[in-house]
Amino acid sequence: MSKLFPKSSNRLPLQIIIFLMVFGGVATAGVTYYMTPKYTRVGYAPVQPVPFSHALHAGQLGLDCRFCHSNVEKSGHSNVPSSQTCMNCHNQVKKDSALLAPVRASAETGEAVPWVWIHATPDHVFFNHAAHVNRGVSCVECHGKINEMDVVAHAKPLSMGFCLECHRNPETRVREKGDIFNLDSQTIAEKSGVEAGLKFISDWKIKPPESCSGCHR
Amino acid sequence: MRYVYLVAAFLVVLTVSLLGFRGEQFTSAPMDVFPEWAFPGMKYQPKFRPQSSSTFFADGRADRPLPANVVPASLPLRADDAMYRGKDTAGAFVTTFPAGIIIDAKLMARGQERYLIYCAPCHGSLGDGNGVVKKYGVAATSYHDDRLRQMADGQIFDTITNGSPSKLMLSYADKLEPEDRWAVVAYVRALQRSRQGTAADVTDTAVRQSLGIR
Repeated sequence: MSKLFPKSSNRLPLQIIIFLMVFGGVATAGVTYYMTPKYTRVGYAPVQPVPFSHALHAGQLGLDCRFCHSNVEKSGHSNVPSSQTCMNCHNQVKKDSALLAPVRASAETGEAVPWVWIHATPDHVFFNHAAHVNRGVSCVECHGKINEMDVVAHAKPLSMGFCLECHRNPETRVREKGDIFNLDSQTIAEKSGVEAGLKFISDWKIKPPESCSGCHR
Repeated sequence: MRYVYLVAAFLVVLTVSLLGFRGEQFTSAPMDVFPEWAFPGMKYQPKFRPQSSSTFFADGRADRPLPANVVPASLPLRADDAMYRGKDTAGAFVTTFPAGIIIDAKLMARGQERYLIYCAPCHGSLGDGNGVVKKYGVAATSYHDDRLRQMADGQIFDTITNGSPSKLMLSYADKLEPEDRWAVVAYVRALQRSRQGTAADVTDTAVRQSLGIR
């Protein structure tokens, strides 16, 4: 009777185990790399109904963020501006531009301009803009250098790990009151060292929550 | 066994070539790694977030505008005409600040901050109409001409609230609360004052000497 299995098949179980380990490692690496907001959200730059350039308005002209996002200091929600805000200037500047037609139509009819929401959080995340910008956290920490973006792109992952990194070390991220809306400013820690940052969070009694219910309700 | 590794390597190359790398810009909707149909949970809750859309209302928006002639219960009743409309009981513009507004350094600092955000782009940080948008064709008035110097405080407040009569300037009522509007009025008055100073305004003797005023 001939042998049913050749001798080399004795090594097969070990080879299968090694292959599964290698394959498992590669698959884990793939999931880690691709299935987090660092891949799925960073770089998201949808085409907006009006090609509004933050680089021109907030960067070159130096308009304050709050000129348009006027509720950011008062409300948990930082508003997309009303079309009347655009018309404050664009009733005189480029008032016949075809690119601005959706804004003019909105200002006349009251229908909303269908802006595409970029920095969206899941519904179980409660992020309060006012609580952050009034306590030393600049726009740039989460949104990146919007003042240099012609087309706004999702710059930071805004994942839970991203939030917690700052909530655990607020002293490295806080800015002085006058620097919050200056996206080119430096943090207190960058300006005068982490000690000054620690003093700031102690003086301002900044205690970012790390408990679940701090952000999830 | 070699073939299995080759297939695995091919899968890796295929995945990377299809999905690319982190940080690349893209315009399509972001990939939903845990879609709601497979992992029902809390990501999409039956509630409306601010400025979100709704299929229930004809105009498609979840935020509802106030119906006409309605006062929101969440706000105090704005019955004080001087404070909230800049007018006295006879309907004329007030020429003084309302009783509720105390003009101090805090109010002026607030007025300056709000002025630089909302007014300076057109009117300029000095109030001379030389804002950054002037070269793009926005015609903003200078505060330093007689018409605006003589203008009643209440009328400046009214202009911020309702826009200018020519409608070249629109309402800033949604951006400035009434208290902030009065703070801005105070700061505008200070800007006007800054160009009307005379030697008599300098009272400090040492400063007078350093400036050569007798």
